[in-house]
Amino acid sequence: MTPFRLQLANITKRYPAVVANSDVSLTVQPGETHAVLGENGAGKSTLMKIIYGSVKPDEGTVSFNGQPVHIRNPQEARALGISMVFQHFSLFDTLTVAENVWLGLDKSLALAEVTQRITAKAREYGLDIDPSRPVHTLSVGEMQRVEIIRALLTNPKLLILDEPTSVLTPQAVQKLFVVLKQLSSEGCSILYISHKLHEIRELCTACTVLRGGKVTGVCNPQNESNESLSRLMIGAEPPPLQHRELKTGAVALRVKGLTLARDDQFGVDLDGVSLDVRAGEVVGIAGVSGNGQKELLYALSGEDTRAEPAMIEMFGHSAARLRPRGRRRLGVHFVPEERLGRGAVPTLSLAQNMLLTRDNAIGKSGWIRIGALQTHAAKIIARFNVKAGGPGAAARSLSGGNLQKFIVGREIDANPKLFIVAQPTWGVDVGAAALIRGEILALRDAGCAVLVVSEELDELFEISDRLYVIAKGQLSPSVDRAAATVPQIGEWMSGLWQGAATAREAAHA
Amino acid sequence: MLKLEARPQLSRFWSYGSPILALLITVLIGMALFAALGKDPVKGLLVFFWEPIRSGYALGELMVKATPLLIIALGLAVCFRSNVWNIGAEGQFVIGAIAAGYVALLADKSTGPWIVAAIIAAGVLGGMAWAAVVALLRDRFNANEILVSLMLVYVATLVLGYVVAGPLKDPMGFNFPQSKTFDAVTQIPRLMKGSRVSIGLLIALGGVAALWIFLFRTRAGFAQQVGGLAPAAARYAGFSARRAVWIALLTSGGAAGLAGALEVAGPIGQLTPYVPAGYGFAAIIVAFVGRLHPVGMVFSAILMSMFYIGGELAQSRLGLPKSLTGVFQGLLLFTLLACDTLIAYRVRRKAAPKPAPLSPASPASSAPSGTASLQVSTPLTAQPVAHATEGAL
Repeated sequence: MTPFRLQLANITKRYPAVVANSDVSLTVQPGETHAVLGENGAGKSTLMKIIYGSVKPDEGTVSFNGQPVHIRNPQEARALGISMVFQHFSLFDTLTVAENVWLGLDKSLALAEVTQRITAKAREYGLDIDPSRPVHTLSVGEMQRVEIIRALLTNPKLLILDEPTSVLTPQAVQKLFVVLKQLSSEGCSILYISHKLHEIRELCTACTVLRGGKVTGVCNPQNESNESLSRLMIGAEPPPLQHRELKTGAVALRVKGLTLARDDQFGVDLDGVSLDVRAGEVVGIAGVSGNGQKELLYALSGEDTRAEPAMIEMFGHSAARLRPRGRRRLGVHFVPEERLGRGAVPTLSLAQNMLLTRDNAIGKSGWIRIGALQTHAAKIIARFNVKAGGPGAAARSLSGGNLQKFIVGREIDANPKLFIVAQPTWGVDVGAAALIRGEILALRDAGCAVLVVSEELDELFEISDRLYVIAKGQLSPSVDRAAATVPQIGEWMSGLWQGAATAREAAHA
Repeated sequence: MLKLEARPQLSRFWSYGSPILALLITVLIGMALFAALGKDPVKGLLVFFWEPIRSGYALGELMVKATPLLIIALGLAVCFRSNVWNIGAEGQFVIGAIAAGYVALLADKSTGPWIVAAIIAAGVLGGMAWAAVVALLRDRFNANEILVSLMLVYVATLVLGYVVAGPLKDPMGFNFPQSKTFDAVTQIPRLMKGSRVSIGLLIALGGVAALWIFLFRTRAGFAQQVGGLAPAAARYAGFSARRAVWIALLTSGGAAGLAGALEVAGPIGQLTPYVPAGYGFAAIIVAFVGRLHPVGMVFSAILMSMFYIGGELAQSRLGLPKSLTGVFQGLLLFTLLACDTLIAYRVRRKAAPKPAPLSPASPASSAPSGTASLQVSTPLTAQPVAHATEGAL
């Protein structure tokens, strides 16, 4: 019998605030595609960093090909034949593909030789990439290909992929799976980290489920159902959402031909974006990140007021030149995707963070009524079931899900007439995500216009009444959720919709 | 082996304890310095820490020096809390002093005591004007305020040199580069006989209360600080970053100019090239040792004032150079910055290596990044983040 490719035994890693891994064991066979499944914060990333040598375990042993090893840093991991593709890419925007790959390789190679190897590897696995292109001109999917090629050039025996599909269109996911299946058929083991159940069931032949840093199950995902995996992962199934007959009212937000040049070098130009959102409906905007969502949201929230007056109308008035506070006075509230640093000031207390967008506790001439502020924050903490040490707890002391509940709660509590939310449940545990989605629907039922920008297609299909897709700074026509299909939205995410002439030329993500 | 380990939360204890520990270390190094210079360390310490508080007169002198330090530091705290780095309070102090001195020179025998208010107002406006240059360049051209404000210190000093040698030179002054001695009526009113403590002290204490209220009880003060703590959050909230820059620089410039006016129409009593005494720079240390907190800065201003007086006494009593003051100030800031590490980190004795020698790769830097990924989650943004440490090498 051949030895295990990788064997982890009783791995424990403690951080000051949390035990990230507790007594975790895991075995990977040669050529096996092994899923590591778990919610955000379940300890998947820490475990992978231990294997890759960037984090030291407090207890436990790692064996590679039957030999106990002490991997002290990523260089040693690569020398052993372990490669990792991180969720956040490690590429320099201003360098070309070949130069980026070259940086990570043996210094003795010439750049021309590296270029040649990239082309050869790319051909072998059908990964279409031009080594001479600067990275900032690539789509996110192409950047991931660069990362994968860089990993493959070291001829790994174990490839670790951390949430690789979160930035891909459904079609690009299928292409990636072809590559991964080819790799595993050649004997390379793959550790595939994800929380997307259907992907794991399609791709993987073994699965280790983590919850709260502990292993809660080892199974063959192809013999399991989404429900059974979900139970292993979160311990329960989220309650189903209540959908209701749609009663839409007047147009709350109308964007007409919004065209904006990028603000920073690596941003995206918005090109003739038009959309409208009516009172009493949830409108979703799908798309792979970095296609103009950020720029669109800045223009809608008032953080960017460069748009022409006619381009953005709220409740029938031109709002393009209004600053965030002016828009809030109209009843527009916005939840940004970055929670710490934008939605909340990390070092300030929850009560103080109320002051960012709410002025219920502000008296005449800008005086802060501390008592009222504390009470208000405590009310939101209670109503939205935020687990925190009270109104005085610093924002950074909260987990991602709880902080998100607080920020969403802070904005919903203002009874907005137009509610714009970006990535409402990114990095949030299932319970909190269900609560937030429920609140968004309740808001809609109360007659609020809601615009949701998300990269999670499943989520958009769950809560939206209508969908748009954003690609390369352009917005697709709208489609009713009931009429939309995943393959169609996936096509659109590459910019391929009827009438998207300019987008079509550029699209090959 | 000792190692630094990230704390799960910032330590409240050490945010107050760090300045005290820094002071202790400064004292220890100071004693070593005295010993190395062949002086009795205990005697040296007495000169710095006992002499300045030994008598009522000495206490008064302590306050005379602490007042400008505190006033300037109060203004700088607004700046630093809003992430605006005004390093040029010294220059704003000098221009404030020139403007105040100019008004004081207009006074003659017939002038009423209202001239004091005019002198103070001129000082404040002078300091504000000098800081407004910095604000304008930063606002319009995104010029770095650290460089601009610092360079303007030298310009201000040269302007002072020009006016005392030119337009404002005392015609009866034997060609010395200094102005006439100001008329008695321009003297900032003193609080009591036999001490040089003036109403400046009351103004400073009033400033402490005003700053506390502004920072912790008004929305404007909150907005000002959010811009410093999290610029993206300030933008999201709709707090204007431009306004924050102007408020910060005008406040600190005005405060420095006020201190300049109080100095020149108080203890100095005329314009000379020796008006700048380094208060503007020392106040930076006062602000940080006082944790940018209005009350904390009262204590650090007194401490820094001790260093000034101690330095002068060390010159006369121990025959040591006056530059000892600067050495102590620098030591204190240096040790404070080092001690502040304890707020975010704790020192741990490293466990004995279990099976094999542990990683040489810095454990202190890998631990916080690990916790961060557990607690903080931000979605992917358009730009790939180049982590030079991970995959690239």
